Amino acid sequence: MPTNFILNGKPQTVDVNPDMPLLWVIRDHLNMTGTKFGCGMALCGACTVHIDGEAIRSCITPVSAIAGKRVTTIEALSANGTHPVQLAWIEIDVPQCGYCQSGQIMAAASLLTKTPHPTDEQIDDAMAGNICRCGTYDRIRTAIRRAAEIKAEGSKAEGAQLRFDEENVTVGGAE
Amino acid sequence: MSATTPLDRRSFLKTGVAAGAGLVIGFYLPGRREALAASRAGEAAASGMINAWVRISPDDRVTVIVSKSEMGQGVATSMPMLLAEELECDWKKVRFEFAPAALVYFDPFFHMQGTGGSTSVRSGWVPLRQAGATAREMLIAAAAQKWSVDASECHAEDGRVVHAGTKRSATYGSLAEAAAKIPPPTNVKLKDASQFKIIGKPAKRLDTVEKTNGKAGFGIDVRRPGMLHAVVARCPVFGGKVKSFDATKAKAVPGVKDVVEISTGVAVIADNTWTALQGRKALDVEWDEGPAADVSTESMFKMFESATQKPGVNARKVGDADTAMSGAAQKIEAVYTAPYEAHATMEPMNCTADVREDSVEVWAPTQFQTPTQANAARIGGVKPEAVTVHTTFLGGGFGRRGWSDFVNEACETSKAMKAPVQVTFTREDDMQHDYYRPASYCKFTAGLDANGKIVAWQNRIACDSISNWFFPGSVKNGMDSSSVEGCSDIPYDIPNISVDYNMVSGLIPQGFWRSVGCSQNGFFRESFIDEIAAATKQDAYQFRRALLSKSPRNLGVLDLAAEKGDWGKPLPAGRFRGIAVVEAFNTYVAEVAEISVDKGDVKVHRVVVAVDLGQVVNPNIIRQQVVGGVVYGLSQALKGQITIDKGRVVQGNFDTFEVLRMNEMPAKVEVYIVPSTADPTGMGEPAVPPIAPAVANAIFAATGKRIRHIPIHSEDLA
Repeated sequence: MPTNFILNGKPQTVDVNPDMPLLWVIRDHLNMTGTKFGCGMALCGACTVHIDGEAIRSCITPVSAIAGKRVTTIEALSANGTHPVQLAWIEIDVPQCGYCQSGQIMAAASLLTKTPHPTDEQIDDAMAGNICRCGTYDRIRTAIRRAAEIKAEGSKAEGAQLRFDEENVTVGGAE
Repeated sequence: MSATTPLDRRSFLKTGVAAGAGLVIGFYLPGRREALAASRAGEAAASGMINAWVRISPDDRVTVIVSKSEMGQGVATSMPMLLAEELECDWKKVRFEFAPAALVYFDPFFHMQGTGGSTSVRSGWVPLRQAGATAREMLIAAAAQKWSVDASECHAEDGRVVHAGTKRSATYGSLAEAAAKIPPPTNVKLKDASQFKIIGKPAKRLDTVEKTNGKAGFGIDVRRPGMLHAVVARCPVFGGKVKSFDATKAKAVPGVKDVVEISTGVAVIADNTWTALQGRKALDVEWDEGPAADVSTESMFKMFESATQKPGVNARKVGDADTAMSGAAQKIEAVYTAPYEAHATMEPMNCTADVREDSVEVWAPTQFQTPTQANAARIGGVKPEAVTVHTTFLGGGFGRRGWSDFVNEACETSKAMKAPVQVTFTREDDMQHDYYRPASYCKFTAGLDANGKIVAWQNRIACDSISNWFFPGSVKNGMDSSSVEGCSDIPYDIPNISVDYNMVSGLIPQGFWRSVGCSQNGFFRESFIDEIAAATKQDAYQFRRALLSKSPRNLGVLDLAAEKGDWGKPLPAGRFRGIAVVEAFNTYVAEVAEISVDKGDVKVHRVVVAVDLGQVVNPNIIRQQVVGGVVYGLSQALKGQITIDKGRVVQGNFDTFEVLRMNEMPAKVEVYIVPSTADPTGMGEPAVPPIAPAVANAIFAATGKRIRHIPIHSEDLA
C-alpha cells in the first residue's frame, strides 16, 4: 500500500512494504544517501532526520508511521548548506571522516530550535545519542555554541568562510 | 618498533603471495616513470595532467591526486599542501581527487598502494614536494618557450609564471597543456623549511563543505544503474563453513532476487538492503562450525598464560637480565592483560562491485587499493589492469579497511548476479566479523637494587600475531614486531633488559587496530613503570624523567606535557593526575590525564597532550588527530571490549560494545606541539596509546588501586 508524506518540502508517494524503516526508503528506494546507516537500533544517531521538526532515528521508524508527516533530511536542511549549524560546522572545521555528521547536524539543528542558547549540559544531553568514532565531540560543542550565535545574529554567509563551491569538489565513488 | 613495522610489512610483501585470506599480491614494481607511462598514459597533455600527482585545468584549478585513503585523518588536505608548497599556486584553487589503483601510487613503506601505519605524510613528504617542484619548473619552461626567453629569467608566484624583464605573466591554467609535454626535470631543488608558506600553517580541511550537506560520497552511498543490494549470512563461529542451506523461504520474501553461496557464506540479494535483510532472516543455513566452536576468551587467556611459563623469542636484549635479576635486592612482578577490540567504524563495511565479462569496476571504502585490485582481478578472472578501483571516502578506517573481505564478497556476488551489487554489513555483521586487536597477556618482573634503582627488566608477552593473519605463514621465526612494539622498544635507561614474545596462534581473526601493538603494550609498560615509581615512593614524572636521559625526544614531550599539565601543582579536591609517554610510528606523545572517581565512575576532566612529530604540516589536522586519538583511546580504556564464547563474538551493537559519547568527552583536551625541523612523521595513531595508562595511573593516585587490565570498569574500583 502506498505511503504519502512530505519529503523535503515536496509530496512523496512510495509503494514499499509499510514496515520498511524510513532510512532504507530514503537511501535505497529514493537514492538520497546523505542520511546514514550506522546501527539499525537507534543507538548511534547517524540516521537522524526531522519529522515535523523533531529529530528522530529513521532506522527504527517504519515508513507507515510517517504517513502525512513532513520529513526533512540533511539534503534539505537549508537551500544551499547555509543553515546556522552548517555554517558553524564549516567555520569550526568539525568533520573528520564525516560519516556521522549528517546525524550530528540534524540533532544539533533540532536542539537549537527548541533551546536557542543551550548550556554545555544541555548540549551533552541532546547529543549523547550521536556517536562519533573520530572524536569530534569537542568541536561539535564549540560549533553548537557558535551556531547559536549565528542564529541569534541572523547573519548568513559571513559566519563562515566558504572556500569553494560544492560542485567543484570531486568525490571518488558517488556519481 | 615503529621504524621496523613498515619494513616488516614490506618484507612480507616481498614474499609475494598469501593464499589463506584470499589476498594476492603479485605486482611487479617498475621504475616510477615507467609506472606513470603504464598507468596514466590515457590521460594526455590536453587534460593538463602534468604528472601523476597534479592536473591543472584552463580555469587554473589545481587538482592534486591523493593516493591515500581519506578516513578522517586529513590526507585529502595535508597531501595537497605538500605539493602546493612547491608548486607556488594559489591554495584557494587547490582541489583533491582520489587516485586510481596504479603502480605509480605505491607507498614506499608498504610497496603497494595503501594507507596505514601513520605513514601518509611521512611517505609523501619528498615525492609530493618533488612533484610540485617538477610541475612548477615545467610550467616555467612552457612560459619561457612561449615568450622565447630563457627559463632562468622567469619565476613562479601565486599560480602564474612571470618574466620580470618584460613584465609578462601567464596563468598556470593557460600553460598547463604545453607544460605537460615538456620533459620533466630531474634535479629540482626543494625549499628550506624557512621558506615554507603553506606547510606548518593551519589550513582548513578541503573536505568539510561536502561533509556538512550530505554530498560526501562514502562507499555505502554508491549508486549504479541496475545495482542490487546484498547482505551475507556468515557462520557466527570463526572459520565455520556452510554445510547446507534452504533458500525457499528467503526467496519467498517479495523483492528478494536470489540467494547464492559465496566463499564466506550465503548472499541474499534484493532490490534494497532492508529487503535483503528480511530475506536473510528467513534463510535456513546449517553451519559446519569447525574447530573454533570451543574457543572462548578464557580459553585463549589460558593459552597465553601457559605460553609465558616458558621463554619466548627474544625481541630485545640489553645486558644480562637473568643474572642481574638474581642479584636484585627487591623484585616487583605484575601481569597485565588487554582484550580483543573491534574497530567499530561508523560506516559499516561495504563494497560495490560490477564484475563484467572482461573487466571489473569496484567502488570501495578501502585502505588498501592494491589488494583490492588484485582480489577483484582474481575473482573476476581478469588481469589487474582490467580492474578499476574507485576509492570513496571512508567512514572511519582505524586499520579495519586494510582487509579485502568486503571487496571479495561484493565481487563474488556481482559475478554470480551478472549485475552491479552492493554488499552491506549490518552493525552486528561488522562487529562480529572483524579482524580484532589482539587480546594480550603481559608479564613483567623488575629487579631493584638496595637504592630502589631498576637493575633488571624482564618482560614476556603472549598473544596472536597480526602479521601471521594478514600474510599467513609469513612469521617464520616466531617474531612479529607488531605484537611487542611499545614494550620491546622501552626507552628507559635500564642496564639489563629482556623482552620475549610467545606467539599463540588462534582462530580469532586478528588485525591492525589504530596504533597496533602500542595500543595495548603502551598501557602495559607505562602502567608497570608507574607501579615501580609508586613502590619506591618516587614521583611518577620525575621517575620517568631520570630514566629518559638517553631518549631526548621522549624526554622533550614528557617535560612539555608535565609543564603544561601543571604536574605537581595543587588540584581541586577529588581531582588526580596520571602521566604516560609512548612513542608510536616514530612520533613521540606524552599525556597527562586529570580525573575524578565517584562511586566507581571515572570521569576524565582534562587531558594535556605533548607531541613531537618532526616538521608540522597542518597544526589544525594534528590537533584533530590528537583529540580523536585520545577519544578512541578512552573508549578502549573505559568502555567496550570484545569477548568470545563458543567461537563467536558476544557483542553485537553499540549497546553491548559501548564507545565514548559526547557526555563523557573531557571538558578540555589541550594539544602542544614540540617545534622541530626533523622530517615529519604521522599523527593518525600515536595519540591513542598514552591515554589508557595516563588514566589508569591517575586512578591509582585517586584510589590506591592499580589497574592491570582494560577496559576499566566500576567493579574494579569498588
